[in-house]
Amino acid sequence: MLCPYLPLPAMPEPGHQMGRYIIRRLLQAIPQLFIISIVIFALLYTTVDPIAAMTGDRGKPRPETRKRLERKYGLDQPWFVQYVYWLVGNDWLMIDLDLDGVPETPGPRKGILRGDFGLSVKGPRPALEPIGEALPNTLLLMGTAEAVILGFALLIGVYSALRQYSIFDHFVTAFSFIGYSMPIFFIALFSLYVFSVLLRLLPSPARPLRTTEDFLLALILPVVSISFSSLAGYSRYVRSAMLEVLNQDYIRTARSKGLPRPMITFVHALKNASLPLVTLVGLDLPMLLGGAVVTETIFAWPGMGQLFIKSLGEDPAVVMAILMLIAVAVVIFQLLTDLTYAWLDPRIRYR
Amino acid sequence: MDTAEVQRPALLRTADELEAPPLSLASLAWKRFRRHKMALFGSAMLIFLFLYSFGGMAFFSEAYANHNDLSILLRPPSPEHPFGTDQIGRDILARTIYGGQISLLIGITAMLVETVVGILVGAVAGYFGGLLDSILMRFTEALLTVPQILLLLVIAKFFTDPSRRIPDLNILGRTLSGSVIIIVVIIGLTSWMYLARIVRAQFLSLKEQEFVLAARATGTPRWQIIFRHILPNCIAPITVSATLAVGNAILTEAYISFLGLGVQEPTATWGSMLQRAMAFHIMENAPWMWFFPSLFILLTVLSINFVGDGLRDALDPRSRAV
Repeated sequence: MLCPYLPLPAMPEPGHQMGRYIIRRLLQAIPQLFIISIVIFALLYTTVDPIAAMTGDRGKPRPETRKRLERKYGLDQPWFVQYVYWLVGNDWLMIDLDLDGVPETPGPRKGILRGDFGLSVKGPRPALEPIGEALPNTLLLMGTAEAVILGFALLIGVYSALRQYSIFDHFVTAFSFIGYSMPIFFIALFSLYVFSVLLRLLPSPARPLRTTEDFLLALILPVVSISFSSLAGYSRYVRSAMLEVLNQDYIRTARSKGLPRPMITFVHALKNASLPLVTLVGLDLPMLLGGAVVTETIFAWPGMGQLFIKSLGEDPAVVMAILMLIAVAVVIFQLLTDLTYAWLDPRIRYR
Repeated sequence: MDTAEVQRPALLRTADELEAPPLSLASLAWKRFRRHKMALFGSAMLIFLFLYSFGGMAFFSEAYANHNDLSILLRPPSPEHPFGTDQIGRDILARTIYGGQISLLIGITAMLVETVVGILVGAVAGYFGGLLDSILMRFTEALLTVPQILLLLVIAKFFTDPSRRIPDLNILGRTLSGSVIIIVVIIGLTSWMYLARIVRAQFLSLKEQEFVLAARATGTPRWQIIFRHILPNCIAPITVSATLAVGNAILTEAYISFLGLGVQEPTATWGSMLQRAMAFHIMENAPWMWFFPSLFILLTVLSINFVGDGLRDALDPRSRAV
């Protein structure tokens, strides 16, 4: 904190400062994404076979055709050249396809930097297509879950902070430890068993999703499962942030000038106490894109997690695309989180 | 009689005499830990779970745990099989005993791998700084941009390829699936990032202190400064993080085994026992098959988290409470 007797340093114009900050952060993200792309490529490049993807179920191509296609797609090159092709494509190169010593054909690949993630085995079609189909489902699941988590975390956290060390508070503490330690498949299988098998209240996940109603009913249990484990951590977070804020001077001032209690709690205190939640949500959201692998598998929810599991070992282009997209989403969300936080809390300045 | 031994009234004692004799870090921590009821409960529970998994060997042989009796498929819990039987007629109680051993061992060994890598990366980055620090930290951040479970699944799938399989191991007359080693190593290698960051932060501040300067002035070799002088000062956060890492490793193993890419048959772990639970007819008709292994995982992770929380409070250097 600044000493009140010192003159404040002259602040540069906020807009200018922020622009530089964003550019600096984006530049920092480049090595991060570069390294993770090498890791992903190293793990998966041996399994990528665009030729199998192209021929699909039509059986194996003749050996000479295969050789020609390998040259065309650069699969005959050493791994680091293949990495460059994967990254920036090979359409800027002329390849000698008919082996007459004269390179004549431009390469067909565009590279992931220009959005070409290769071909999915199913189809064959661009690897981004199945992802585009799965993404809205995952966003729906995650958005709903995140909304439920936030709503309940605020309610529980505020209430247990106001009644610190009450029975309710102790109960919430114990409950949050259980929630935090609960394997998500346990709560998922358990809720599925109780509501779908014993009580027959909800449809079984084996049923196909045809109408909107099916979709909404099928959404309930996965949302409950995801919320249950995350809610614990979030409500603890709100509780401790709230306790910290409630002890501050401006809250005492608000009390002593006779403001109504709900106004102090929900306007003055909660506004500041919910700030750390921005960080939590911002860092969790992109991770949830793929983090719901287990939940989506149990409930047969046609999202990214399930697509990932199904593509693993069969459709490496899709797996690589999912991993890269999540990494990019994480980096972007990190930046957005920091910017939002600074926007909401004027005490923070960009460096 | 020596004057120092005479008990003077409290008002006349000097400040030094009033202070309790200094406690070692361990005894101070134990004093605080004891007051944390949940942590004590967690410790007791963990002792019970270890006794259950390792003491249970006295009652059931491993051959019995792997013995399948096709006449008793999917039997619900009964006096003869208290936890029921699985889809090929094996006793689930006996399998939770032998599965528990492997699960607990995986948790501990994966924690060791994670801690060693985390400490090495964090210590080197924090102590040497400069370009080395930048490279190591960019690498750490890069690994953090992909969810651990996805990275794990990719690597686990990589090793399920028959050409890369590790042969089964024979340890103390018991056959252990080679996949156990792979799982331990890959869990350790995908989870060291947070610890490395913690250790690095500690090293950054500790290396500026006088005792490091003194050690350097007397010509102490670098590795001794790092491991003998600075590292012991980071023992508190490392202990807490290592404790929680055991629970996380057990949970992670359960997730990938649940998805079918973890420890392979015939070796049982609590996680691999759930592999078939996902088939809807088993989820629906044989809940005991997934309930008991899941319960053991929950109890273990819960107890470890309690103990970790207790250790965090007990080892907090800022806390002055005894």
